[in-house]
Amino acid sequence: MAAQGNIPWMKGWGERVIEISNMCKKYTMGNNVVNALNNISLSIRQHEFVAITGPSGSGKSTLMNMLGCLDTPTSGTYILDGKEVSKLNDDELAHIRNYKIGFIFQGFNLLQKLTAIENVELPLIYQGVHAKERHKKAKAALESVGLGERLDHKPSELSGGQQQRVAIARALVSAPPIILADEPTGNLDTKSGVEIMKILKELHSKGNTIILITHDNNVALQSQRIIRIQDGEVIEDREVS
Amino acid sequence: MGFIQAYKMAIKSILGNKGRSFLTMLGVIIGVGAVIAAVSFAQGSTKNITDSVQGMGTNLIQIMITGRNSNRNVTYSQLQKLAEENSDIISAISPTISSSVKVKVGNKTGDTTLLGTNAEYESVKNMHVQRGRFLMSFDVDYMQKVALVGTALVSEVFEGSDPLGKTIKINGQEFTVVGVLEETDNGQDQSADDTVVIPVTVAQRLTKNAVIRSFAVQAATPETVDAAMEKLNTFLTAIYKDTKTFRVFNQAQMLQTLSTVTGTMTFVLAGIAAISLIVGGIGIMNIMLVSVTERTREIGIRKAIGAKRKSILVQFLIEALVVTGIGGIMGILFGVAVVKIVAGGLKIIPEVYSIPWIVMSFVISLAIGVVFGMFPAYKAAKLNPIEALRFE
Ligand SMILES: Nc1ncnc2c1ncn2[C@@H]1O[C@H](COP(=O)(O)OP(=O)(O)OP(=O)(O)O)[C@@H](O)[C@H]1O
Ligand SMILES: [Mg+2]
Repeated sequence: MAAQGNIPWMKGWGERVIEISNMCKKYTMGNNVVNALNNISLSIRQHEFVAITGPSGSGKSTLMNMLGCLDTPTSGTYILDGKEVSKLNDDELAHIRNYKIGFIFQGFNLLQKLTAIENVELPLIYQGVHAKERHKKAKAALESVGLGERLDHKPSELSGGQQQRVAIARALVSAPPIILADEPTGNLDTKSGVEIMKILKELHSKGNTIILITHDNNVALQSQRIIRIQDGEVIEDREVS
Repeated sequence: MGFIQAYKMAIKSILGNKGRSFLTMLGVIIGVGAVIAAVSFAQGSTKNITDSVQGMGTNLIQIMITGRNSNRNVTYSQLQKLAEENSDIISAISPTISSSVKVKVGNKTGDTTLLGTNAEYESVKNMHVQRGRFLMSFDVDYMQKVALVGTALVSEVFEGSDPLGKTIKINGQEFTVVGVLEETDNGQDQSADDTVVIPVTVAQRLTKNAVIRSFAVQAATPETVDAAMEKLNTFLTAIYKDTKTFRVFNQAQMLQTLSTVTGTMTFVLAGIAAISLIVGGIGIMNIMLVSVTERTREIGIRKAIGAKRKSILVQFLIEALVVTGIGGIMGILFGVAVVKIVAGGLKIIPEVYSIPWIVMSFVISLAIGVVFGMFPAYKAAKLNPIEALRFE
């Protein structure tokens, strides 16, 4: 199964939104070299709903950061929407992050000095959306994650789960075609987790490509495809029946 | 992202970090305020000194007889002759004989300083009468017993009554008061106004052994000052057969000496200003550097959700400009307030403000704020988002 990604002609060209080949990421710490990603190759088609699983420290977040154009690999190529990411300049990468990808961080990464709605508005600010429309969209996004009552709270005034949902709202607000979610349900109780999965499934049904990292097998099973990673390598890549 | 949006974001960031913003402003306030106060005090005292030198009259050459040689003296007629013969380079000569004398008006007595001089003294030394008239050539040539009195003397021996036309006894001889001198502006020090002025010819006779020990010469123009000084040197050497007995110096030389003094002062001042700016600058620097980690992470987040490098830099630039700009304005107000209280309130030195120094300190503080605000932002904005987010 893992071989599929390496044989381009087996699937339609236009459908491949993400294509990674032989990607490595090494961290050198003194004499110690950590192979966070070890020769990973995979491709993801448009509208796919993919779950990435694997033990802690296996390289899931590292891979996700690469997919989100947030980090640069030590070697290997990444083709996003037909463009080789390593050849793009800083502004082009910013544009991709702004319009194409909604990234939900494992650690939320909210701006502590801003309120929930201000945090959610940020991607729209960088898109140049006008204040009124921005506010409307941000409010709608927060409402969709059940935080309509917490618009003007700062992150420090919110629970972990609520912060998680602000981070999700921020990723959804500009309706990007690709959603990358690093453990979006990790900090939530089962009920809230179900809510989030409902949102992601809805986005998927609307045509978004969803890639999510999870430890939870039940969550992974709600996706279409599970990629299992261990020690920076893909050890399993299967369709969910 | 438009400028307005960047501006709004910068303001939000400033207000969201009041402590950091205030401490940065404080650095600018200290720098700019200290420069304004230091410059004002230094320039104020310099102005005091130069004003009093310049007030002594232009083209002025001062001659002092320093040695004591009883049988060789310069006489008033010699001086008159010198002035007449060199009218192309010398416009006036005014001798001074001074001595301390006893004065008596009615039965009120006092001690005062006698100044024997001529009519030219008025223009050469810028001494004028408040009421009445100054000495005239006639008084000197015909040895008129007329006197001019200073204001301190008036209140001392005339007991407030109008002295004009009254008789004053100087060392037992009677003089008619023809004028009251203008008050000199030496503030509390009244010794300059405790004086009586009479014709030099009369003074010579009155004090018996008094000789001309100093005189002032006014050169025709600033260009003839050197020629006049040379003439005076030859003239005096002929009389005293010695160049060490007298000294000839002019205001230009005094101003020159003074300008080295004020030059030193400006130097000291520049040092103080530089130190204040450095102190303020270090304050700004510290605050900026302390917040580098926090700000680098912030930049990482902003980049991760799609901010372009330019948007980030514009936001940080506006932030730095607004914070240091407000700090600069507050610094100017602070500096001016200090000057107003110290110089304006105590009235020892004049209140002066130097626009170039104000502008310079403002610009330097602004530059420090912008450089130290922008440099970490510039470095952070170049990192990829994950590197920025992991920054420690
Ligand atoms: N900046 C870094 N410097 C050094 N090593 C790093 C760095 N980032 C990640 N690593 C290492 O790379 C490996 C993969 O890390 P990664 O964060 O991708 O794991 P993960 O699969 O997301 O784990 P988790 O499920 O706990 O989130 C780990 O061994 C980690 O120690
Ligand atoms: Mg992780």
